[in-house]
Amino acid sequence: MPNTSIMTFNILSILPVLILAGFGMMVLVVDVLSSRKMGEKNFLAYLSLIGVVIAAFLSKNFTGTTLFSFYGAYTIDNYSLFFQFVFLLCAGLTILISKNYVQRENINYGEYYTLILFSTIGMILMASGADLLNIFIGLEIMSISIYILVGMKRTRLTSNEASLKYFLLGAFSTGFLLYGIALVYGATGTISLRQIAVFIAGKGGVLDPLLLAGMGLIIVGIGFKIASAPFHAWVPDVYEGAPTAITAFMAVGPKAAGFAAFLRIFFIAFGQVHQDWEKIIWILAVLTMTTGNIIALIQTNIKRMLAYSSIAHAGYLLIALVAANNMSVSAILFYLLAYLFMNIGAFAIVIVISQKEDSFLKISDFSGLAYKHPRLAIAMTLFLLSMAGIPPTAGFVGKFYIFSSAIKSGYVLLAIIGVINSVIAVFYYLRVTVAMYMRGPEREFQPLTLSPFIFVAIIISIIGTIQLGIFPAKVLEIAQRSILLLR
Amino acid sequence: MIHYLPILILFFIALGFALTNVGISEILGRKRPTKEKLTPYECGVEPVGSAHERFSVKFYLIAMLFVVFDIEVVFMYPWAVAFKSLKLFGFIEMLIFIGILLICYFYIWKRGGLEWE
Amino acid sequence: MLNLVALILLFPLIGSAMNGLFGRRLRKESIGYIACGAIGLSFFISVLVFIGLLLLPPEERIFEKHLFSWIQSGSFNAAVGFQVDPLSSLMILIVTGVGFLIHIYSMGYMHDDKGYHRYFSYLNLFTFSMLLLVLSNNFLLMFVGWEAVGLCSYLLIGFWFEKKSASDAAKKAFVVNRVGDFGFALGIMLIFLTFHSIDFTEVFNAASHGEFAIGNITITLITLLLFMGAAGKSAQIPLYTWLPDAMEGPTPVSALIHAATMVTAGVYMIARCNVLYMLSPFTMTVVASIGATTALFAASIGLMQNDIKRVLAYSTISQLGYMFLACGVGAFTAGIFHLMTHAFFKALLFLGSGSVIHALSGEQDMRKMGGLKNHIPITYKTFLIGTVAIAGIPPFAGFFSKDEILLEAFVRGNVIYWSIGAFAAFLTAFYMFRLLFMTFHGESRVDPHVKEHLHESPRNMTIPLIILAGLSIIGGFWGLPGASALNHFLSPVFGGHGHNEMHGVEAGAHHGIGLPSLMMVVSTLIAIGGIWLAYQMYVKKQELPKKLAERFALPYRILYNKYYVDEIYDAIFVNPVKKISVQLWKKVDAMMIDGSVNGVARFVTGTSNIFRFLQTGYVRNYAFYIVVGCIFILILTTWLNK
Repeated sequence: MPNTSIMTFNILSILPVLILAGFGMMVLVVDVLSSRKMGEKNFLAYLSLIGVVIAAFLSKNFTGTTLFSFYGAYTIDNYSLFFQFVFLLCAGLTILISKNYVQRENINYGEYYTLILFSTIGMILMASGADLLNIFIGLEIMSISIYILVGMKRTRLTSNEASLKYFLLGAFSTGFLLYGIALVYGATGTISLRQIAVFIAGKGGVLDPLLLAGMGLIIVGIGFKIASAPFHAWVPDVYEGAPTAITAFMAVGPKAAGFAAFLRIFFIAFGQVHQDWEKIIWILAVLTMTTGNIIALIQTNIKRMLAYSSIAHAGYLLIALVAANNMSVSAILFYLLAYLFMNIGAFAIVIVISQKEDSFLKISDFSGLAYKHPRLAIAMTLFLLSMAGIPPTAGFVGKFYIFSSAIKSGYVLLAIIGVINSVIAVFYYLRVTVAMYMRGPEREFQPLTLSPFIFVAIIISIIGTIQLGIFPAKVLEIAQRSILLLR
Repeated sequence: MIHYLPILILFFIALGFALTNVGISEILGRKRPTKEKLTPYECGVEPVGSAHERFSVKFYLIAMLFVVFDIEVVFMYPWAVAFKSLKLFGFIEMLIFIGILLICYFYIWKRGGLEWE
Repeated sequence: MLNLVALILLFPLIGSAMNGLFGRRLRKESIGYIACGAIGLSFFISVLVFIGLLLLPPEERIFEKHLFSWIQSGSFNAAVGFQVDPLSSLMILIVTGVGFLIHIYSMGYMHDDKGYHRYFSYLNLFTFSMLLLVLSNNFLLMFVGWEAVGLCSYLLIGFWFEKKSASDAAKKAFVVNRVGDFGFALGIMLIFLTFHSIDFTEVFNAASHGEFAIGNITITLITLLLFMGAAGKSAQIPLYTWLPDAMEGPTPVSALIHAATMVTAGVYMIARCNVLYMLSPFTMTVVASIGATTALFAASIGLMQNDIKRVLAYSTISQLGYMFLACGVGAFTAGIFHLMTHAFFKALLFLGSGSVIHALSGEQDMRKMGGLKNHIPITYKTFLIGTVAIAGIPPFAGFFSKDEILLEAFVRGNVIYWSIGAFAAFLTAFYMFRLLFMTFHGESRVDPHVKEHLHESPRNMTIPLIILAGLSIIGGFWGLPGASALNHFLSPVFGGHGHNEMHGVEAGAHHGIGLPSLMMVVSTLIAIGGIWLAYQMYVKKQELPKKLAERFALPYRILYNKYYVDEIYDAIFVNPVKKISVQLWKKVDAMMIDGSVNGVARFVTGTSNIFRFLQTGYVRNYAFYIVVGCIFILILTTWLNK
């Protein structure tokens, strides 16, 4: 046995993860120790927020360093740090929009926050994993936490149904992923991404059927997590049933984590055999954005509409994956950050507009919002325009770079399909805007109770959406420095 | 791939064995069904109610807790075997591990997971 | 000090955001102070920047402040950066200076309006956009500012959107401007294709270093497209029709946007691109002819209008025509000079008319005015100064600038330009004094009810008037012929060709020693002639206009109806489009009513049904899709690998 000590593991490299885990457990214990009523346990949110902030600071300290720890299973590089930042920001914003929401919905359990922190840990492991097993474990930590979060509202049937559906299908798809990993291991004798690349290079870039099948199954497994068609069917049902704050969280977090793993696996391990997977991803990309956009057109529930829109966004991101150049990595990073802001912002507004028991979630319930709460309507419009990709918002710059990267690699047709799709998308985003501005109210709007937490979250989202739209250069530069190692 | 051939052969042998046995009894066995013979648990006791009854979720909870802690204990075996070479690091590591278990136990206890009513 | 340039833009933006977001909760005083304070600070910094520029030696008077690069893709690089040079520094002084006075005036004028905070938010946003337009260092950012002022103009014209005429006017302005902007956008694209850059410095350097021959067809096309944009924004023939209608907005808005600043953006843009324009004699001829024609055309319409603001609107179009005439003959300095003096006296006239309207509780028809000079003395006196200035009586501001344009038109252009300009000047003097006499002199035709409330405007309205009146008096001395400080100041921007004084005087020497002086005398006489005629017709023999109208019924009707241009446009452009759309609507609608399923509807319901069928909600179906997808992918991987 080699000389094993804390130092060989370089345990400091997972310090942010440890902090999140520690705070997660602390929240659990503090929750059961407190004798206050459920609705009054404000400290749960505070505590978990502090954990996220500390983790973010610790993760920021690693900027610029590159190291492999745990015998090469865990990587720290600018790429994984960018994702850590996205995940932590996502968790932080989710906690901000959750605080009053969970109190309103009577689900202010300590477990709620703990599971958010735990699933963030899973995402970080996925983005930092340098071997397939680590990525898989991260994915499971993330998924299991979210299965429970979706069903957090135990007294509502749709929430239960969503949770069960997500769990069953998730477990099903995890089987594919694990089988894929097993096949890859069987074919190459290693789970390390770099070793797989070495193996493939040794074979002169020709894959045997076992490895090909393994690769295909990995696409299925991760494709499920990022909600790519045809593995997307769970998305609308689950997004609709889940508590709204969790919907916001799971629309961004798992998707980003899935792409983090997707990029790492396919750019590092299968980077040399691009021609073997680009066509599949090409088809998936077209299928995903088209399905998402077309079904979104006829939705009447805002959460379902945003669910389909999130499918469509996964499609756009797949375009950059197909392009597989350095620009596409930074485009994906940028787009995910942009999506984080606009998506959480939009869901935050949905939370503000909706009432107890998640009622008033139809698009028609937004009618006339501009007359009653003009500032909310403006913010919502901003987020929707950004999702539709209209300048000068973050979404526009993100799409611009994604399509540019596709064209740069010669996928002109794919870029054109993407542009057509984003034109279709404008229609259903604007439908909400039209309802808000051009129709009279169809219901009585309650007086606004905007808690400081959700207000801060909305403000951060607005600033993020506008800043990335007007001053994208700085973030893009960071994203460009975060390209994957060993390409 | 050739290395996996014995496994495949074993697979077919197992499958064949099971099918043969079931098939033989189906072919050779005489069937004189009576009402008693067709009831589940043919052992003299009259069945009461349907077998498809719902169990209290508490059974699952207890079972799950048992499994979780049981598996954690399994982890201690390889640790005990390697304890000498792991030295102090292994000791501290296990302390942390048990500490986490204790926190979980405490949480379950306080949450009321161990109470039946 | 030049580094402060970004602050000039920042203050109005903050002011706009504050009033827009929190205005509803703020008190009226605070709203006004925020808005005026923002512009005031902006003006202060502009002065500092201007002084900073003056401290530099003339040849170094160009300063670029690069903020950040906005979009970078391949060779296309759009930066956000500002350029301070004599031209833009002059423009920011005008925009913030006149803007500041109008903001103060607005505090009084809009005092009782319920959209007070909205108004000031828009006004600040407008100032921001206008500053962005003049300070940008590349075409794209200028276009952003260009569009933004258009948007603000739309918002402000339609400020009283409950009034149908106001929202119609706003729409009209927006649509007509779109036509011009389309040309401008095409021009920018062509510039990028030709020069591989949209940066002012790079483009103009490339253009001035002899890569393109004079009369180069690409440059001609570019300049024509840019001029299309300028004609839209600066209300030149044939895109001028929106400006008179834009008078539906609040009067200070008309003063700020539709007289002093935004409409001059076209002139500014052409002056900025003078290097390009000098390469295309054809475009220059087009610019000069359209400018001269517009000057005359609009002035003739102004003769017969009875709405006080519409007269001023046509006068604005006419004066803008002068500026284009100056640019078209290559006398950019003269154009900018007139732009400046015009900003002073036209803002004064509009604000004065606003004061009159305010005094008469909203009455704009001059036939219901008259004899107001004793009731609102300050307004009258300042208005008189403005009128004299625009009519071109020495030594008021308008005289020097207009005189210089006429001189340049004669020297560099030809007699036709000069005579058109001179005749338009005559008409200008006439209709402006007609306005003055009808409004302030003679017998009162004011409604008795209104007359009881006749009052001079509050101090925050009259003080801006007085300041602007002062500027209208002394503003011309900066460009005094022979010793023109302005000329000297602007020469780095316009290089040799815009340097009118040298050319002018030298050329003048060929025509005779006293040409400039002679011109001065002639144009003064023309102005006096116009005033005399107006005096005869509207003070002395008041029955004369009516008689003339009966005598010359046809010309009168044509002028009164503004040459029927709106009607012609309606007949040629608007109505056919409307008809087609009505036809489309009827056809499509009828088809749907008939139940013969419309294609689009069928498609949507069809797909919706397919997907509703797929989206069963059953986990087993979803799992089935996953399996199908998986098999599909596995087949694909092996098949593609063959």
